[in-house]
Amino acid sequence: MKDIEQLLSEHTFFEGMDHADLAYIAGCAHNEVFEAGQMIFREGQPADAFYIIRRGDVALIMRDAPRGPLTVETLHEGDVLGWSWLFPPYHWRFDARANTTTHATVFDGKCLRGKCDESPEMGYQLMKRFAGSMADRFTQTRIQVMDLYGKVDDGS
Amino acid sequence: MVHDPSQLPRPFRVVSNTRLTNDVVTIQIEPTDGGPTIRCEPGQFNMLYRLGIGEAPISASSSPTEPHLGHTIRSVGAVTRSLCDAQPNELIGVRGPFGRAWPLSATAGDDLLIIAGGIGLAPLRPAILAALDDRDRYRRISILYGARTPADLLFLHEQKQWSDRADQLLTTVDAASEDWTGNVGVVTTLLRRARFDPQHTSALICGPEIMMRFTARALIDQGVASERILVSLERSFSCALGLCGKCQLGPKFICKDGPVFRYPEVDRLLSIPEL
Repeated sequence: MKDIEQLLSEHTFFEGMDHADLAYIAGCAHNEVFEAGQMIFREGQPADAFYIIRRGDVALIMRDAPRGPLTVETLHEGDVLGWSWLFPPYHWRFDARANTTTHATVFDGKCLRGKCDESPEMGYQLMKRFAGSMADRFTQTRIQVMDLYGKVDDGS
Repeated sequence: MVHDPSQLPRPFRVVSNTRLTNDVVTIQIEPTDGGPTIRCEPGQFNMLYRLGIGEAPISASSSPTEPHLGHTIRSVGAVTRSLCDAQPNELIGVRGPFGRAWPLSATAGDDLLIIAGGIGLAPLRPAILAALDDRDRYRRISILYGARTPADLLFLHEQKQWSDRADQLLTTVDAASEDWTGNVGVVTTLLRRARFDPQHTSALICGPEIMMRFTARALIDQGVASERILVSLERSFSCALGLCGKCQLGPKFICKDGPVFRYPEVDRLLSIPEL
């Protein structure tokens, strides 16, 4: 099995990062397995981690009383899960549930926040990558909320 | 006004009307005038006419090898609503076939990506069937399909067969309740999981224009040559002959120059708001 540092060095999310920084980040990480149906985190809980999905499928779920829980996005192998560890008040904004048996590398957010404060260069590199990931996901979300497949009566 | 007698609608009888979703049906039709049926190549369309209501361009969703000509129609306006309501033995008028088909022979030897959004799967169904029937001509065949909700997924009964014969069939929806364990997200998110070699890939895309633009750009970003990306455009029009001008996109008439275009032919035109 690959060790976490090797895994990070091969992952596109961390591409171009300094080896020493990767070694540090790897030191804040461990591997975990979530069974199908298991909640990874719930809305409102403290957000002190982010995840790289090594294998499996994860659903991001928002709860709305009249409509019930809605799955708003699914994430898969290679995807990064979780930004809330970066921003106060460090609480999850939605639920995450493993749809299938999911193998993830879990990163200790508190540990990384401390290191980013100590080393702004590493913090900037990490933040750039999360910003890129967020920009992609925002674009996707904007397309989703356009309701592309909704009806348009063009007279036909 | 059509003056060419060959453009008069021919009478066709509805053979079957199969409901696929809440607002989408497939009608199969056959001619009643003693003439041969209309043979549509994958990607071509017919003008379907309901007496007293009007005419609408509808892509064929049947393969030329299937016994009946089929059209999969979403009820969005008066004409399509009436077509969706057409019951067996009722008559409809048909003109066609029209338009440029998917150039499947030009994609031979490539990884073939077939990417559909919503009702866009209907014009791609004949291309999927043709590619799967000619499986050895392609390296890998991947079908990526996005819909609004799980209840809006089309051709569910066929997807298992497609999945068995293609290398990949990935579906996603834009919104779902918690009990849905399939993918949720826009169709472009499926590209991350699709298996293809960008240097040897052809893509056929059909869906809402913005979905096709984003998908084409994502493919180009991954290294797929833009001239190997084919899109099928849809606009409402009346004549299908390049006369009424309703489907004009700059110098192109979607009805006769398309509906299938190589992406570089329309890329710039699609980003001009006035068009």
